[in-house]
Amino acid sequence: MNEPRWALWRAQLRAIIRLETKKTLFSRRGIWIYFLAFAPVLIFLFHSLYLMKTGQAGDIAEETHIFAGVFQLFFLRLAIFFGCVGIFMNLFRGEVLDKSLHYYFLAPVRRPVLLAGKFISGLLAASAIFGTSVLLQFAVVYWHFDSNTRQEYFLHGHGLAHLAAYLGVTLLACLGYGAVFLAAGVMFRNPLLPTAAVLVWEAINAILPAALQRISVIFYLKSLCPVLIPTEVSLDQGNPLGFIAMNPSPASTLTAIFGLLALSLVAIAFSSRQLRRMEIDYGAE
Amino acid sequence: MTERVSGNMNVAGPQTRIVFEEVSKFYGEVLGVNRVNLSIPPGITSLVGPNGSGKTTLMNLMTGLVRPSRGRISVLGMAPDDPERLFRVVGYCTQFDSFPRGLTGYDFIYSYLRLFGYPHAQSSEMAVRAIDRVSLADAAGRKIAGYSKGMRQRIKLAQAICHNPTVLVLDEPLNGLDPLIRAETIALFRTLAAEGLHLIISSHVLHEVDVISDQVVLLSNGYVVAEGKIQGVRDEIQEHPMQVLIRCDKPGELASQVFHEDYVVEARMHNDRQGVLVKTRDADRFYLLLNRIAQNGIEIESVAPADDDVLSVYEYLIGTEESTK
Repeated sequence: MNEPRWALWRAQLRAIIRLETKKTLFSRRGIWIYFLAFAPVLIFLFHSLYLMKTGQAGDIAEETHIFAGVFQLFFLRLAIFFGCVGIFMNLFRGEVLDKSLHYYFLAPVRRPVLLAGKFISGLLAASAIFGTSVLLQFAVVYWHFDSNTRQEYFLHGHGLAHLAAYLGVTLLACLGYGAVFLAAGVMFRNPLLPTAAVLVWEAINAILPAALQRISVIFYLKSLCPVLIPTEVSLDQGNPLGFIAMNPSPASTLTAIFGLLALSLVAIAFSSRQLRRMEIDYGAE
Repeated sequence: MTERVSGNMNVAGPQTRIVFEEVSKFYGEVLGVNRVNLSIPPGITSLVGPNGSGKTTLMNLMTGLVRPSRGRISVLGMAPDDPERLFRVVGYCTQFDSFPRGLTGYDFIYSYLRLFGYPHAQSSEMAVRAIDRVSLADAAGRKIAGYSKGMRQRIKLAQAICHNPTVLVLDEPLNGLDPLIRAETIALFRTLAAEGLHLIISSHVLHEVDVISDQVVLLSNGYVVAEGKIQGVRDEIQEHPMQVLIRCDKPGELASQVFHEDYVVEARMHNDRQGVLVKTRDADRFYLLLNRIAQNGIEIESVAPADDDVLSVYEYLIGTEESTK
């Protein structure tokens, strides 16, 4: 592959990303994604305000576990999951519904380049929204502690490491779910069916055979989370969320990262194949 | 007819022509086009036929938006499924009346040019030039969502020509244009054809293509039923009045102004009282009259053919063609 062609593809990628990122971040139809992403910030804010008002000191370890629970059970499995449905499934599906996909198909852009540009823009938008949310959640969940306790936790404890890990998991979640829902968006006309199927598949991950567990995004994400879910959320205690929270055979960090990257690549390659065959037929919608 | 066109390939090779070889396209069980053989030379070629005759399908096939179920297509020697090469030389003004959200007219063209890899300054310059060429400079900074139908049509035309293509595919490009802009646009087509471009124009209004075409391809129900020089079909339509719907701010006044002309067979108010349906035997003279009326205080919003009558002309033409076979 010669240099000018790479230069052309880079320029085309930049052009697509510029158009798409703006569209994804500032689209009115995507406002619900912001509500979903920042809902935990509000919950933690009210929690901190309540503790401050009632003069309760709070406990760092307890707050860390509360954060871990909300992150794994709500943020990963619902907020990022459905946020990625909204962002990535609409990258192509939304344009077909708007009857505007031909704008790209009439440009001298290879379909895989178009796919890469759209996926990167979706990833940037999702990472910006959910990454910002994680930062804010982390800021407000420990807000009610005095500055010495906070400094101790962040500078000398696990605070910064946990924050970095949560941000990394958030980025990988956007990548993994993004790739899966990008593929669903180019394959299915009705987003409900694939969304429901993936949601169920992810929910029952822990009770699947070990080999099948690896064909899911949540398996790798759970393995990368820095804090285990509080023990009270377990099957032993009869909690209905128990089987969702279980992680019977976690993968090592490297396996989890590369496993998730491989899964995402497979989904993206599949999307690329589908996109190359795609025709403009808005009449069929 | 097809053989005659295929014979022309000896004069100029496939590198300078748009060639369809035994092309069929089916949408599931629905026929789009069937066994089409064409070899289109430079100049203005019109695809004419009633709604559903396969005009848009042919255009989508030659631009790779849909793939043929059978057969082979080549555009100046290139396969339509190679967009990276094809759209350097092809511009397509589609019939899709939808645009990426939130863009101004300028953004629409500028962003499209950036997809070609052109740098900012060049894209900006080319966008401004294309917008000027379709007389939309004043509205370039406005959101496309607020454009009238005619303005949207022109911004699509600007998109099709902005990268200086050598093949221009235009799907019903005159739809929704007022008489003055229509005349300007037709003049632009002639200029582009004179520059050596291939212009493929679809229309279901014979009078439109009569004015601008070098050759015409008549389509019906997915089949090519006739092709050749426009002169041959011109005589056929002289006897048949065409019907035009004019939307304007003073329909009653417009009707009274056109009715006394001897080439106007009928002028009546449209059911919604916001337009006039006119039947005329001489479209050229009628459009000239409309130009004068537009300059004298009646604001004409759009001029569009009224389908039923156009369909009847085609039925007549296609019937004639088939009966002579």
